Amino acid sequence: MPLLTASKLRHSFGGLCALADFNLELHQGDLMGIIGPNGAGKTTVFNLITGVYRATEGSIRYRGAELVGLTPHQITARRIARTFQNIRLFRDLSVLDNIRIAHYSQTRYSPFEALLHLGRYRREEQRIIDHSRSLLALFKLEALAGETARNLPYGSQRRLEIARALAIGPELLLLDEPAAGMNPAEIDQLMELICKIRGQFELTVLLIEHQMKLVMGICERIKVLDFGETLAEGTPEAIQNDPWVMKAYLGEGAVE
Amino acid sequence: MIAAIKKHWNRTLDARWTLPAGLAVGMVLAFAIPHFGLLNNYVQLVLIYVGINIILATSLNLVNGYMGEFSLAHAGFMAVGAYSSALLTMKVLPVAAYPALFHLAILAGGLITALLGLLVALPSFKVRGDYLAIVTLAFLMIVKSALENIDAIGGPRGISGIPRLTTLPWVFCWTTALVWLIRNFVYSCYGRGVLAIREDEIASELMSVNTRRVKVLAFMLSAFCAGIAGALFAHLLQFISPRVFDVVKTTEILIMVYLGGIASIGGSILGATLYTVMLELLRPSTVAGLLSWLPAVVFDPLDHYFIRHLGVLRMIIMPLALVLVMLFWPRGILGLREFRGFIPQRDRRSHGTAPLRRTNTHAAADSL
Repeated sequence: MPLLTASKLRHSFGGLCALADFNLELHQGDLMGIIGPNGAGKTTVFNLITGVYRATEGSIRYRGAELVGLTPHQITARRIARTFQNIRLFRDLSVLDNIRIAHYSQTRYSPFEALLHLGRYRREEQRIIDHSRSLLALFKLEALAGETARNLPYGSQRRLEIARALAIGPELLLLDEPAAGMNPAEIDQLMELICKIRGQFELTVLLIEHQMKLVMGICERIKVLDFGETLAEGTPEAIQNDPWVMKAYLGEGAVE
Repeated sequence: MIAAIKKHWNRTLDARWTLPAGLAVGMVLAFAIPHFGLLNNYVQLVLIYVGINIILATSLNLVNGYMGEFSLAHAGFMAVGAYSSALLTMKVLPVAAYPALFHLAILAGGLITALLGLLVALPSFKVRGDYLAIVTLAFLMIVKSALENIDAIGGPRGISGIPRLTTLPWVFCWTTALVWLIRNFVYSCYGRGVLAIREDEIASELMSVNTRRVKVLAFMLSAFCAGIAGALFAHLLQFISPRVFDVVKTTEILIMVYLGGIASIGGSILGATLYTVMLELLRPSTVAGLLSWLPAVVFDPLDHYFIRHLGVLRMIIMPLALVLVMLFWPRGILGLREFRGFIPQRDRRSHGTAPLRRTNTHAAADSL
């Protein structure tokens, strides 16, 4: 059974159709990329899966359960985590608190235990701090734990965002342009990092990216979107030779 | 030399016993002052007001500072707490059992107000910022006009003859307990959720924070505390009317919060104390009283133009002081910083590389 199935998904903003007849099948352990020009509807797919938008039509099934109609936090609690195209850290909070916040759905104590700092509170808080610290260590951010997130260099902010997404304990990780603004050397490191965490956390990864080096380098399957419609889907080699894709990316004349 | 003193000071602040010891001393003083008459009644009254205002400022800070919303409903919450507890003591409780059951009435006032806080939290699901300010202002007006129009509870004349049961030691206990509750809430997963909502509501949802639940809890806790403050206030003043709880009252609490500093419990305590004490200090009679030890030949305070007109002048001095504070500390005196003793040990230890100097916990609070 596929992990995630999106079928006949459609979303429009008023009269503007951002995504039409979108189908997606992700199996456990897949690493899939979505590419396409700006405005093709890639981020809309992520927003639909995570519940930021409610699909106008169609259904999204995750482990057999319908996701359309759930709130973002309910979907996230089902272990679907994401990062953002334009970094959305909690900028005025510390690096450690950024990670600790993402433990919300796994925290097992009641508001009364929180008010009195009793019962499960102490044990849970210690567990969350330990887990957060181990994640920071994995991303080489432990020295910055007390730093305010806004003061981090750009690359570290990108890594912190991925670390924060992992704090949710995801099975499915959605990465929205993780390599945006990175230089080639940083992209190489990022590719390594994605492969590493994928193995270590047994993740299924769906990523949006413009950097062909990254997409062609690590994705096993690629889906191409343009103007909200799916142009092609296949292995990196097949996509690179697809006439429709070349037309969309390079223009009409290049195909002949 | 200075460095050594500073280090010693920091270590004292860091110690586990500092805060409990301070509270114990405060508790002893709170009981001793009225018992042995260590301070005159007027100063005791000011201290009681300080306590009530600390509760109000800290609880409003939870919504306006930590959560970054803008609520104007606080005077309304106070009113509900004041009215419900006053009615309880006067109509339900037997006179003989007042000292023992009085706290039940206070607690009930807080709980009833918490339910109302739940109601105010509902619009906050949809509305933010300036627009939530309008909604909460409307709530305040509804409460006020409802109280004015129910004749059974005195209508615009209000309720008089409430027994004076609020005393200094009990205000101290209530203040300590409520500030402790708010501090505990702030340093829990719900408190982190509150901060996350201030930073980025959509990102918090996507980091699994149940923002609606967090908002409801924060509003309810804030209203609960404001209700108790109102209840204590009613049993101190012995007379309440809808006019007492108008938007001016809310403004006063707002000033305490923003003066002391947003998202800081230490700041709220400081802001409430400063504001209350300053207003009292700037009365002609207080200044005259403070300077009465000077021989009248040298300096007679009441002869002095400035002191005689302080009643009017303080309405210029206070706002001016406020403007200056805002210019030099735009986020309030302790804005986004926290008094070290208030941060739980676990959070102090778990942050930063140099724990003695930096505790970049919530809102990157700097240590004092």
